[in-house]
Amino acid sequence: MGAECKCNCDQEKKLDALFAQYKGNSNGLIVVMAAIQEVHGYLPKDFLVKTAEELGVPLSDVYGVATFYAAFSLRPRGRHCVNLCLGTACYVKGAPDVQTILEQEMGIKAGNTTEDRRFSLDLVRCLGACGIAPVLTVNGEVYPRMTAEKVNEILAKYE
Amino acid sequence: MATVTLTIDNVKLEVEQGTSILDAAKQIGINIPTLCYMKEINAIGACRICVVEVQGARALQAACVTPVTEGMVVKTNSAAVRASRKMTLELIQSNHPQECNTCLRNNNCELQALSEAMRLTEIRFVRPAQSHSKDDIDNSSPSIVRDPRKCILCRRCVAVCEKVQGVKCISAVNRGFETIVAPPFDQGLNDVNCAMCGQCSLVCPTGAITEVDDTGKVWRALDDPSKHVLVQTAPAVRVAIAEEFGMEPGTVSTGKLVAALRRLGFDSVMDTDFTADLTIIEEGNEFIKRVTEGGVLPMITSCSPGWIKYIEMYYPDLLAHLSTCKSPQQMFGALAKTFYAEKKAIDPASIYSVSIMPCTAKKFEAQRDELTDSGYQDVDVVLTTRELARMLREIGIDWESLPDEDYDAPMGLSTGAAVIFGATGGVMEAAVRTVYEVITKEAMPDINLTPVRGMEGIKEATLKVGDLEVKVAVAHTLGNARKLLDKIRAGEADYHFIEIMCCPGGCIGGGGQPIPTNLDIRLKRIAGTYKADEDLPIRKSHENPAITAIYEEFLGQPLGEKSHKLLHTHYVPRGVYRKPEGLPDKVPSGDHH
Ligand code: SF4
Ligand code: SF4
Ligand code: SF4
Ligand code: FES
Repeated sequence: MGAECKCNCDQEKKLDALFAQYKGNSNGLIVVMAAIQEVHGYLPKDFLVKTAEELGVPLSDVYGVATFYAAFSLRPRGRHCVNLCLGTACYVKGAPDVQTILEQEMGIKAGNTTEDRRFSLDLVRCLGACGIAPVLTVNGEVYPRMTAEKVNEILAKYE
Repeated sequence: MATVTLTIDNVKLEVEQGTSILDAAKQIGINIPTLCYMKEINAIGACRICVVEVQGARALQAACVTPVTEGMVVKTNSAAVRASRKMTLELIQSNHPQECNTCLRNNNCELQALSEAMRLTEIRFVRPAQSHSKDDIDNSSPSIVRDPRKCILCRRCVAVCEKVQGVKCISAVNRGFETIVAPPFDQGLNDVNCAMCGQCSLVCPTGAITEVDDTGKVWRALDDPSKHVLVQTAPAVRVAIAEEFGMEPGTVSTGKLVAALRRLGFDSVMDTDFTADLTIIEEGNEFIKRVTEGGVLPMITSCSPGWIKYIEMYYPDLLAHLSTCKSPQQMFGALAKTFYAEKKAIDPASIYSVSIMPCTAKKFEAQRDELTDSGYQDVDVVLTTRELARMLREIGIDWESLPDEDYDAPMGLSTGAAVIFGATGGVMEAAVRTVYEVITKEAMPDINLTPVRGMEGIKEATLKVGDLEVKVAVAHTLGNARKLLDKIRAGEADYHFIEIMCCPGGCIGGGGQPIPTNLDIRLKRIAGTYKADEDLPIRKSHENPAITAIYEEFLGQPLGEKSHKLLHTHYVPRGVYRKPEGLPDKVPSGDHH
């Protein structure tokens, strides 16, 4: 399990310390989950099982919390975060077509991460840039007036 | 006792402080409708069907969670209340498949009944895309089906699973319209730490959690002339099935049950009670052996398959405490395809063995890999009390006019000790009746072991058996079982013998019993059980002549070689979410198959 992780050793130690601190104590649930999210960028299943075991909280509750709060993610994040705005203005100006192409090109549905972890695709609410709708952002960089045709060219910039 | 005076619908009344508006209204004959509320188990004010108008309050209040206050003026029937309840119902129905005619809960559904009572005449906002589809139906478990389309998110199942059983393998997941009550990680119930007890199916107000319906398999077997279809009936079925036909809970209807099964066309109708008596002989002797030869104590009973799955998951380190006796259902199954087949000169391959059980976990038990000692799956299919009633309704059985008939030999004769297996404490009482007389060789002065009877969660008794002080304990529900197991783990349990039943009240309150099953009904079924015991001519397992006969003709002696092969079993350490390291594959690890 995660304890043998090769890369993040200090971080892992921090998690282990938290598990020890909250052993048998369900009050630590959110704290522990937030730490896992921070260290791994998402909530790996093994770690949620470990959380359930160590804190003595039913796994169904751990999972319930994981799916309730938007801050938690059950999937790993990609190297590049692609957000497509589906606010009213973007929607009307053709964001759904852009979504279709994005999903096709990445081979995933919005809300997921590609197998090679290159991209995560998410749909977001109005970004407040309705003047340049439809809006796409990649790692925070804004691409105005998106069309289906521009998708490939933009994605190619991110390895 | 402090009281509060209030007015409900112009009636002045005085009630105990802390009473909810819901309970106060009940005292003057007003049943405020509820959906999510369950007394002492679920008071979360979630569904808002129970709203009432409280003078001075800005919004309507949920009667199930609002305590009365001095001088409170409540209206339970105003136009605003009626409109709000109707709207709530309409909103629930707008996201609900309109499938009553083909639903297992048709005519026994709280949502349907409320819609009828409130004269819901149209559903104005049926959502074009419902939140869940048929693909979301969870058919993974041999015991329970989940159909999230019919779930109204009342969370009664979650509350029972958590507070009564201490399991909580299901929970509310996601948000908004996506919310679903489900096991974690999109898994099926079969893949998680579910005990298969079916208590969730008893409390679900709708058809969102039901038993797996196996009636089709049984019809097919009955229609197949090449099959010898035999059936066994569990102790707790006889005191409950009459409720399905409108009779008073606790009505003992053993003879009618036998007659009804003959009407269905079973080739042989025999009784799990016979193997309950056999269980007592084997388990009683196992107990005496453990006490005299220094075996693992306390010994714990093993006839409740939900309990067995629970200890395999949660306390795999304590499996050596379990009696190695199979449950009566599985002893019967193993004997049906060996002893019975031999005696009747029937090819065991052509025997189709059906059992009628108060229990959904029995369906899981019948499919366990190791329960095939006859050379076949020992029990082919398990029907719950509810499923049997469904079959009987299909062929138009008029329950009241059925005659009383007797079970078939050679596995049909039983005693009062076997009947009480159906109630919490019953297995212990039955065992004591036999163990006492085997050890002392004297008649027990009073065979009624009343301290272990009744609905108290954990019961204890100390008995003098010869020179031995025997300390026993009885627990029902997995939540109570956990308390005893924690004591054992901590080395603080000085009991010799413990009985554990998975369901509240024992099997009479099992997950496959008629709906509703509540405290009042459980008590009536328990009363029926002890009445059946008293009315039987023989009340001790070791005095059953059919038991003496099977040892003489077939088994040899208790704990003998044949018993060992056919009547005893082993257990599988499972762990809760994964198998813990360092545990054997089975317990006992010896030659128990
Ligand atoms: S759950 Fe109730 S309301 Fe829903 S389809 Fe079944 S019977 Fe009808
Ligand atoms: S069958 Fe029992 S253990 Fe399984 S979900 Fe239902 S109540 Fe919980
Ligand atoms: S499955 Fe049944 S009991 Fe559970 S939340 Fe849904 S409707 Fe309520
Ligand atoms: S019954 Fe009161 S809120 Fe559901």
